[in-house]
Amino acid sequence: MTTRDPGLHESYLFNRDVIHEIQRAATEGIYDIRGSGAKRYLPHFDDLVFLGASMSRYPLEGYRERCDTHVVLGTRYAKKPIELKIPITVAGMSFGALSAQAKEALGRGASAVGTSTTTGDGGMTSEERLSSKLLVYQVLPSRYGMNPDDLRLADAIEIVLGQGAKPGGGGMLLGQKINARVAGMRDLPPNIDQRSACRHPDWTGPDDLEIKIRELREITDWEKPIYIKIGASRTYYDTLLAVKAGADVVVVDGMQGGTAATQNVFIEHVGIPTLAAVRQAVEALTELDMHRKVQLIVSGGIRSGADVAKALAMGADAVSVGVAALIALGDNAPALDAEYRQLGSAAGYYDDWQAGRDPAGITTQDDELAQRLDPIMGGRRLANYLRTLTMETQIIARACGKSHVHNLEPEDLAALTVEAAAMAGVPLAGTSWIPGRR
Amino acid sequence: MSTEQIFDLGQCTVRELNQALHDFNGHRAGPHFRVRNAQGDHALAVGIAAPLSVDIEGHVGYYCAGMNQHATVTIHGNAGTGLAENIMSGVVRVKGNASQAAAATGRGGLVVIEGDAAARCGISMKGVDIVVQGSVGHMSGFMAQRGRLVVCGNAGAALGDSLYEAEIYVRGTVADLGADCIEKELTAAQIVALNTLLEQAGVSAKAADFKRFGSARQLYHFNIDHADAY
Ligand SMILES: Cc1cc2nc3c(=O)[nH]c(=O)nc-3n(C[C@H](O)[C@H](O)[C@H](O)COP(=O)(O)O)c2cc1C
Repeated sequence: MTTRDPGLHESYLFNRDVIHEIQRAATEGIYDIRGSGAKRYLPHFDDLVFLGASMSRYPLEGYRERCDTHVVLGTRYAKKPIELKIPITVAGMSFGALSAQAKEALGRGASAVGTSTTTGDGGMTSEERLSSKLLVYQVLPSRYGMNPDDLRLADAIEIVLGQGAKPGGGGMLLGQKINARVAGMRDLPPNIDQRSACRHPDWTGPDDLEIKIRELREITDWEKPIYIKIGASRTYYDTLLAVKAGADVVVVDGMQGGTAATQNVFIEHVGIPTLAAVRQAVEALTELDMHRKVQLIVSGGIRSGADVAKALAMGADAVSVGVAALIALGDNAPALDAEYRQLGSAAGYYDDWQAGRDPAGITTQDDELAQRLDPIMGGRRLANYLRTLTMETQIIARACGKSHVHNLEPEDLAALTVEAAAMAGVPLAGTSWIPGRR
Repeated sequence: MSTEQIFDLGQCTVRELNQALHDFNGHRAGPHFRVRNAQGDHALAVGIAAPLSVDIEGHVGYYCAGMNQHATVTIHGNAGTGLAENIMSGVVRVKGNASQAAAATGRGGLVVIEGDAAARCGISMKGVDIVVQGSVGHMSGFMAQRGRLVVCGNAGAALGDSLYEAEIYVRGTVADLGADCIEKELTAAQIVALNTLLEQAGVSAKAADFKRFGSARQLYHFNIDHADAY
């Protein structure tokens, strides 16, 4: 193995990162908690490419021929389905993990481009309700801030079973991020660690969930779409059960999905990659003849219009973004490098979102730091980013000859690696071979 | 407006009942509602946001009176899982027993269970007062944050596990206490407040006969030396 310093032979097993972690654990006696998603290499949408139109299919003209992007979510049971102008939504991120300014900025950005944003653990803030034209209200195991008035104010309801970053895990908001407002919303004293349970308090299993969904529908007079969010693990079965339980929309969050604060070991080692999860979810929906009737939202590592287009081509109805939205607001900005370095990190690496000292004013409850994020500017930046993703998605869809981004299909894709071919269920490029299929 | 509206669930749907109740949401008053033939139906009288009074005859299924605001709901029978879950205000009373997770995550109001309550009574409660005339099952008051859980009978295993600031009172025996839950002194002021609550609940018991349990607050900040308690 080649090393940067000839003569020094670094171990693959015990490389410098591993040694550093063992030393850190021995010193601190506690696992590493951090924000963001999996950092190691995983098979992902990068391992797929599109087969642009040529002889057998013809493309659409870039600026002349329409390529629609609107999405309707919640057509199965809800009296008032949600209509989005673009197939990209903003994922649930809690007030508590994020500053009120950040939540407002997310609402402004999403609303400017006609899409929805989502509350998170800790309840709904007035800022985000006011700034979000379409707001999805999460029902989480902790039920922090859960309130029927907010439920009625929401445009859709998302029952969270898990997150891709930590399927099977609860949450922890460390005491240093709990100011009086966050504590008040959660009915807890300030400055103490707030544990979020990993299981819902009043139901267990899909049969109970079906009844829980009926209760939420009754409370809200069957108006609102009900989503079920699952962290990707046994995605095929979870999707079947979510549909059986009565979901209007299934949200599948792959293991690359971001988090505000989770153990590194959990982020990197629990769950399956988004690529595999999308295929399993679509398989389950198709088998039930529910594909497109129960809509599928996919998240976990969506960065570009290419990722969006690939998720849609695999059968998703929409995607949602977490980490990328925070970066668009200003997280990890190069201009803050000196401040990140003071915190022992650097621009491009910062992930101590649990610590509450974010110089960008996003993952903090410190008033002074939070003031640094201008919600109007932040919203504008997010809108720019979401518009870019949408245009990129359309460019690809037109090249594949599609007049709606939902017309993208698995047949438009090829895989660059055997792993990706097997996970995504599309042929290895230049072959008709899908590993595992005849 | 007639002073009593009767809904016979043998004749009408749960949806019709709940819609009729919701038509008064935001109002200052409304008729008395009587629900007949509850037949264990789920989600009865959920999401009320008005000071209505509702009497339900028969046993109810899951989540009866869920998220109640202002209403007084009385169940003349037993209640299934998640009775009055996330109740905000008002009073929910069960004449019989209540199944698991009664008053789960309740944020205000009063829940009275005249019989026994099963496991996880008051799980994650956030301000509600719960008075159980009988006994409660295991893991009651799990992660309870605020409010009072009063048990006139006995408490099952792991009472008040991972407790935050809720107060638990038990008159009978406690099988055992959960992590971070300890017995605490019952002060004169708490006796007065508890007697008031018992009176409100219509329960004839004396506060002085109860033991009080609360959080040792050892799990409030992660500490590696307590790792085996997690
Ligand atoms: C700061 C932060 C806070 C989050 N908070 C929540 C939450 O409260 N509830 C939830 O279901 N998911 C939460 N998530 C996960 C996101 O909803 C979403 O699943 C994930 O970010 C998607 O992956 P991506 O970040 O790669 O786009 C959070 C993510 C981040 C980055």
